[in-house]
Amino acid sequence: MGKRIGMEVAIASAEAAALCRFDVAAVYPITPQSHVAEHLSDIVADGRVDASFITVESEHSALSSAMGASATGARVVTATSSQGLLFMGEVMPIASAMRLPIVMIIANRAVSGPINIWNDHSDIMPMRDTGWISFFADNGQEVVDMVIQAFKVGEDRRVMLPVNVNLDGFQLTHVVEPIVMPDQEEVDRFLPPYEPFATLHPDKVVTMGALGMPEFYAEAQKAKNVAIVNSIDVVREVWKEWEKGFGRKYEPIHAYRTEDADVALVTMGSMGETAEIAVDELRREGVKAGLLKIKLWRPFPFEDLKKAVKGIRVLAVTDRACSFGGPGGPVFSEIRSALYEGAKRPKIVNFLIGLGGRDVHVEDFVAMVRKAAKGKLSEPYEFYGVRG
Amino acid sequence: MNTAMKNIKSIESFELFAPKLATREEYFVGGHRACQGCGEALAIRLMLKALGKDTVITNATGCMEVISSVYPTTAWNVPWIHVAFPNSASVGSGVEAGLTALRRKGKIADRRIKSVAIGGDGGTMDIGFQALSGAMERGHDMLYVCFDNEAYMNTGIQRSSGTPFLASTTTAPAGKVIPGNQVWKKNLAEIIVAHNVPYVATACQSYPIDFMNKVKKARKVKGPSYIHCFVTCPTGWRSPSETCIKLGRLALETGIFPLYEVEDGKYRLTVEVPEKRRPVQDYLKGQGRFRHLTPDQIQVIQERVDIEWETLMIKVKNSRSREELRAPRAK
Repeated sequence: MGKRIGMEVAIASAEAAALCRFDVAAVYPITPQSHVAEHLSDIVADGRVDASFITVESEHSALSSAMGASATGARVVTATSSQGLLFMGEVMPIASAMRLPIVMIIANRAVSGPINIWNDHSDIMPMRDTGWISFFADNGQEVVDMVIQAFKVGEDRRVMLPVNVNLDGFQLTHVVEPIVMPDQEEVDRFLPPYEPFATLHPDKVVTMGALGMPEFYAEAQKAKNVAIVNSIDVVREVWKEWEKGFGRKYEPIHAYRTEDADVALVTMGSMGETAEIAVDELRREGVKAGLLKIKLWRPFPFEDLKKAVKGIRVLAVTDRACSFGGPGGPVFSEIRSALYEGAKRPKIVNFLIGLGGRDVHVEDFVAMVRKAAKGKLSEPYEFYGVRG
Repeated sequence: MNTAMKNIKSIESFELFAPKLATREEYFVGGHRACQGCGEALAIRLMLKALGKDTVITNATGCMEVISSVYPTTAWNVPWIHVAFPNSASVGSGVEAGLTALRRKGKIADRRIKSVAIGGDGGTMDIGFQALSGAMERGHDMLYVCFDNEAYMNTGIQRSSGTPFLASTTTAPAGKVIPGNQVWKKNLAEIIVAHNVPYVATACQSYPIDFMNKVKKARKVKGPSYIHCFVTCPTGWRSPSETCIKLGRLALETGIFPLYEVEDGKYRLTVEVPEKRRPVQDYLKGQGRFRHLTPDQIQVIQERVDIEWETLMIKVKNSRSREELRAPRAK
């Protein structure tokens, strides 16, 4: 068993990648991800992992060179945030189409307009439909565990897809947390060396990234969708194996005190822990509150959600990003659509919270639950606590 | 009687001597969809003959990717990857980093495989410029070859920073007021020289042996190298397909596109240019993209070409390799 230590979460995420013995890291610095880039380069410079660190000149090149390296059969890690992720946007869907199991650590941060370096989820949301598997971590321990799990899931022959691990910028990246760092031997047992399906090597010549005419393009899209939809079984399998080996349980949707809940909050990322405290407080006051924490955003766990909402009268879905001119936040519209077919579906309301690093306190979650309990907001969705 | 029949003797000689100059092996095979007289497809075929099988190609989006990789067919007999338009240099640098790490760690056979990234003038000089600069500056053991046909030919002959002065393109047309592209062609080879890479060269499909020699030299370099290969585009230049080779030769003989190499900082002309260079008019007149030029405008081009030529000659005469410059201090 690994030792429980205090470590900054950004650094811990790089340490987790090191435990996976990556071959190549290609990272461009951006706040609040920079400590990941710095620590990965430290690890390489100290020879703790035998790897190449590419000091790319942009995020676009970070993911591009990650793809080139992954296509040779290397295990590759990259990391980014906010504008950097958007700059990678062109390459994101190509990485998944080419079935390259790159792991990307994303320090979630608001996207510009106005520029803001603090945390929300407006960077990952536009990348939702690029065909990457997306994990969301609650805390530092989950970040470490998920980075290691990500390699195992992505590299599985039944999956072969890139995976991003989302951790809230500053709230997680810059916070020192108690973390059980797995031992190298444990990780080696869990994660075998990467055995790629096809590589760029003259001994077996392949053409990668060919032109898909209309006769083939649609089939390629369907194939990618089948791959990511089916990957949920592998995610479950890997999480079960993790639980067995490391004793920490992971589920696509983690339910907290929802057995008899009347109103349940829905969160993704680090705010889940604050929301837990709010639920405890409400319970003490006799309010039957609960919480659903989404850990797996893509592929979306439809079945888990349907099971998780049973008996719940009102869902208060929180979003950390806005779909401008749309039906509400992206998590909200996803959940509402997922539950549309159900005969007994809960009322669903939507709060947009914590945009650009705006603090959300325990009492805010308490207030949201109280508002949501009415089953309807005065507006289709509410920018909670926002002036104007 | 066609030219090949008339020169039957020389073809026999070619059979005799060619094996020493170029392999019979084809790594870029026929059946692709390039236009008749495409200088770029020819240059790629030659380049791969010089590179040999231990090569991985990264191809920027553009004509060459489109004509050679229509799924489920491929013209490539070497490992080949295409990702997007602006990132051939960065994907290629990742290929190099991956191969190097895997070789060092004993995960693949211990032999040198060269990462070679290629792109057109738009993919290299414009949208891929930053990625190229990064890859060259970081010192990857890779070769980048820009196939410059002087406009965005794949998308329909739009102007790039490789488009020559006053050429008519679909976004810099010869209009009633503005006579085509208003600025001089960017000299990318010089910009890469300024990156202090060990080997930079210019080349052209019309001088195949010169080009292949340069590719072989670049392949040997342990570090970044760059070749700027000038290639004819009959479709974009509005020139007859059969003048593909002739136009490349005229570009050299007029001094418009001289062939040189810069090894360790030292300039050398690799193909001689006649003492009395041909007038630029000889090159311009065969191409529809220059049809609108007036004698005065041709004169402006002539003067600029003369200046560029003299500038290059100064470098050829006076430049020293870093090794030569190091010598006095070592004593």
